[in-house]
Amino acid sequence: MSTESIIEIRGLSKRYASGFEALKNIDLDIRRGEIFALLGPNGAGKTTLISIVCGIVTPTEGRVTVGGHDIIRDYRAARAKIGLVPQELTTDAFETVWATVSFSRGLFGKPPDPAHVEKVLKALSLWDKKDSKILALSGGMKRRVMIAKALSHEPEVLFLDEPTAGVDVELRQDMWNLVRELRDSGVTIILTTHYIEEAEEMADRVGVINRGQLAVVEDKAVLMRSFGKKQLTLHLAEKLPAVPSELDGYDLELNHDGSELIYTYDTHAARTGITALLGDLQRAGIAFKDLHTTQSSLEDIFVSLVRRSA
Amino acid sequence: MNLYAVKAIYLFEMARTWRTLLQSIVSPVLSTSLYFVVFGAAIGSRIDEIEGVNYGSFLVPGLIMLSLLTQSLANASFGIYFPRFTGTIYEVLSAPISYVEILLGYVGAAATKSAMLGLIILATASFIVPVHIEHPVWMIVFLVLTCVTFSLLGFIIGIWAQSFEQLQLVPMLIVMPLAFLGGTFYSIEMLPEVWQKITLFNPVVYLISGFRWSFYEISDVHVAVSVVMTLGFLSIGLIIVAWIFRTGYRLKA
Ligand SMILES: Nc1ncnc2c1ncn2[C@@H]1O[C@H](COP(=O)(O)OP(=O)(O)OP(=O)(O)O)[C@@H](O)[C@H]1O
Ligand SMILES: [Mg+2]
Repeated sequence: MSTESIIEIRGLSKRYASGFEALKNIDLDIRRGEIFALLGPNGAGKTTLISIVCGIVTPTEGRVTVGGHDIIRDYRAARAKIGLVPQELTTDAFETVWATVSFSRGLFGKPPDPAHVEKVLKALSLWDKKDSKILALSGGMKRRVMIAKALSHEPEVLFLDEPTAGVDVELRQDMWNLVRELRDSGVTIILTTHYIEEAEEMADRVGVINRGQLAVVEDKAVLMRSFGKKQLTLHLAEKLPAVPSELDGYDLELNHDGSELIYTYDTHAARTGITALLGDLQRAGIAFKDLHTTQSSLEDIFVSLVRRSA
Repeated sequence: MNLYAVKAIYLFEMARTWRTLLQSIVSPVLSTSLYFVVFGAAIGSRIDEIEGVNYGSFLVPGLIMLSLLTQSLANASFGIYFPRFTGTIYEVLSAPISYVEILLGYVGAAATKSAMLGLIILATASFIVPVHIEHPVWMIVFLVLTCVTFSLLGFIIGIWAQSFEQLQLVPMLIVMPLAFLGGTFYSIEMLPEVWQKITLFNPVVYLISGFRWSFYEISDVHVAVSVVMTLGFLSIGLIIVAWIFRTGYRLKA
């Protein structure tokens, strides 16, 4: 993965005809070859952002380039690089899988290439369905047909707008394997999801959008580190009415019935202070029968970010 | 020019025609043939010749025109409305194609289909009533121009419509009456004087008159007027479509 940008978004705003401001002055760079996860609550503006880059929604202000090509002035070159799997499950009904995927390839200006279409269908386990009419497929299969359509013209950038909504566990695993393979072959992937553990597992970088504004864009690892907090929970031998004053120097909390003492610390501080805390506890005569630690997940980080920017 | 895309859309739309052969070709041909049997062969034998042409023969150009108008509208409006309705239009909007190419694909396919239909009806009619074509080239010109113009109009309706009901509205409430009153079944000279004048506001009069002239050299208005008017309708359609594409009207938010 390089730091060269494949998509550059500058000062992008969108006001719908209703007057609703779905995006407010977005600046974002997507790096060539990365997996970028766009997170945000319902209505945050994720689909709007993707739709503008793909040419389905007209921006109100700002500019976007894809591979250096302006999406409006040089739309042909920009769009030819993009594959889109939209959030809504929208497919033809009476066409066969083969016909609809071949149609997409033609639409994007590529000469027919049965070998490529075959490869895509096989990769998505759709090969044995190639002559089935789409209306005879299950929802998960239709989702895969939409992915096949998006991959039919060998895009450099793939947008996956909630690709795993309504998809079973096994297919989800297959899908993520495919995404990794695509990334390894050089395709840049931008995905949205409400399953934050997916982003945590898959993404190189994460962007959190809320109410049309980007709250944060960061390397996933950095994000988890900088927001990552650990908590040490001590199950006390005897309940305490309050945190003893000898321990005022620590960031300590007592749970509701006084049976657990919770210590929050930063994993990346020079010292965690655990050793000192344990020593001070002993000196104060507080005994505990068990302990455990928890680390905040991307989900906690996400929730705190969204709350903060709300 | 993204010719692969034009071809993809065109073939996709034509595939729909073959898939629905019965309703898209067989049924309009059958229903138009019934007109020839009833009004041409049966009742027509009791009706005087019109300007030296036997009534059954007189009907042929008008009835073909009637099918061209209704079928072009229906095909083209459905062709673009349906992907809007199902949402699959996203793909066309996100593809590297220009508006001209979208038009060539959708309107081209709809026009091809109704032109084919017109020719099949013509062939069928010639078995039932006597038909001769004085100016075959002009006949084809009028046929093609009409198919393209009304497919374009259908395309506009398909973008404007917000429901299947609205999709039927313009063809049923405006185009059908205009076509019936536009001289399909009579020469406008047969109307009272006042109505002869009023009828000239009906665009379909010019289409049918020109088309009938290419068959029998009889017309309600001069053939040059028909040509100019037809090209005029085509231009109006193109202007509206250009505006739709420029503003993204009902296509893009
Ligand atoms: N065509 C439209 N006209 C008016 N408002 C719209 C339109 N499309 C979307 N919006 C509004 O814009 C906001 C952002 O919508 P968007 O679909 O981008 O959200 P999202 O982040 O994709 O949400 P979700 O997670 O639910 O998919 C929402 O408040 C939505 O109601
Ligand atoms: Mg969305």
